[in-house]
Amino acid sequence: MNSITVPLYCAAHGRTGDKGDRSNISVIAWHAELFDLLVEQVTTEAVAARFAHRAPSRVQRFVLPKLHAMNFVLDGVLDGGVNDALNLDTHGKSLSFLLLDMPIRLPTAVRHLLAGPDGS
Amino acid sequence: MSQPTQDTKTSAPLLIGCAAGFSGDRTDAAGPVVDTLIAALAQRPREQRAFLIFETLAERTLALAQLRRRADPESGYEPLLDEMLRPVLARCLAHGIRIVGNFGAANPRAAARLVGRIASELGAPAPRIAVVEGDDLSAAEHRPLLREQLGERLDGLRIVSANAYIGAEAIAAALDAGAQVVVCGRVADPSLCVGPAMSHFGWRADDWQRLGRATMAGHLLECGAQVCGGYFADPGFKDVPGLDRVGFPIAEIDADGLFTIGKSSGTGGMVNEATVKEQLLYEVHDPAAYLTPDVIADIGEACVEAVGTDRVALSGVRGHPRPTHYKVNVCHEGGWLAEGEISYAGPRAEARARLAAEVLRSRLPGLALRVDLIGVLSILADDAGSTLAATPDGGARDVRLRVAATHDDRAEAERLGREVMALYTCGPAGGGGVRSGLTPRLNTISCLVPRAAVTARFEVIT
Repeated sequence: MNSITVPLYCAAHGRTGDKGDRSNISVIAWHAELFDLLVEQVTTEAVAARFAHRAPSRVQRFVLPKLHAMNFVLDGVLDGGVNDALNLDTHGKSLSFLLLDMPIRLPTAVRHLLAGPDGS
Repeated sequence: MSQPTQDTKTSAPLLIGCAAGFSGDRTDAAGPVVDTLIAALAQRPREQRAFLIFETLAERTLALAQLRRRADPESGYEPLLDEMLRPVLARCLAHGIRIVGNFGAANPRAAARLVGRIASELGAPAPRIAVVEGDDLSAAEHRPLLREQLGERLDGLRIVSANAYIGAEAIAAALDAGAQVVVCGRVADPSLCVGPAMSHFGWRADDWQRLGRATMAGHLLECGAQVCGGYFADPGFKDVPGLDRVGFPIAEIDADGLFTIGKSSGTGGMVNEATVKEQLLYEVHDPAAYLTPDVIADIGEACVEAVGTDRVALSGVRGHPRPTHYKVNVCHEGGWLAEGEISYAGPRAEARARLAAEVLRSRLPGLALRVDLIGVLSILADDAGSTLAATPDGGARDVRLRVAATHDDRAEAERLGREVMALYTCGPAGGGGVRSGLTPRLNTISCLVPRAAVTARFEVIT
């Protein structure tokens, strides 16, 4: 299989939300055909590894096939949350882009489904 | 006036527009929403009904409002309430658009009095205004209830606010009683939408499927522009037209709670499947169990479908019986947050910024400093600094050092700002642009209390 490696943001979009010290990050495939490939690679383990420096106490993944989406829930990654953290971004609103920058391998055949400028 | 029996027989969907998604949202958002609602009402004047909702409370907002109320008993509601309502209140009243908002914050009665004053100043007929209360558990009489749930964690805390997230029933009852403006404090955000729908369609409080659907309509509305292309744009990947004048959302809800979501006419932004999916999952944990005081909504099998320009339908939402307990947030004083910043530029700027951070650590042994090197590594790093420690000097040439710490003692916290200032003459070469700040902190703890322990109620006050 010919494959390409691209950042996740070419294949999906997402947004971060927060409640207390818990962050949720959605990963939404741009196309139905990309969804299964993302489910294979953007696993709970892969996300936990990507956020290892924030020391999550738990990472959960909820798969929503009808929305071609996944919802990741990360506990304990906000240094206590909006009221406790010293981070400028106490809500962790920027965290979606840390996840969306994760490299993924896709078959070259799906290249035309990717978002962004041609050749990205 | 509410005419649920008659309205339920009509096929016109209920229109609910949202004009604010947080305290401090744009005050010019409501105008185009109201214009759009009035145009829709004009097309079907006999059967169409419309509401305008304002969501202005976040986790900390209420505590800040309580502090303002302590300083001034006639304060403690949304600070921008006048600016938000004045441009649209007279038109809403003239066209039968009823208003529901949680802009009452820590003082719904004072907010209601302000709404009455604005109407009077605008020359509008005096509106029927109701307040929804029962959420505020900060008074001493409620302390045993909180102690029962939180135990020793509560002892010794200087409590600023304690509020239960109450639901839609009191809102619906206030509307049934003829209120044209309903002023709430801490109601759950989606309840601002569920209340009007319950009242309009005459739904029962245990009609879980319909309440579940309307709750997700409320969830999509509650953050204002975030479903209309706000907080979405990423140039080249997710382009949004007219972001500078992004529109606010309007839901069309039918008698079964099924709905579409659109936006105010003549505005920027967009509503499509992608913007709706992002907002649908925003602040959701288990999609099969989105907890509210009204219902447990379930979007595990939900589908979104574009059904027109800037119009998306959500289907497949289910509802399960509501939780037996209310969520309560308790905010307490949390000492002082001290922050300071200084910039370095040019050759070895990063090395000089890192040296400045070392100097501060050495000078401030009593404070647990967080260090950010803005332009190198900041908001993606951790408070403990392990990420920054593992990041070697990359030779950045434009770096802003930011340090932050908390301390219970104001005098200790103040030392941080003074030490950052001292870097001007005692620190590495070429530092400039010092800024520092000291702010009181509010911390939050949460618990659940039995529904029976809280009396959610309304009162028509004018």
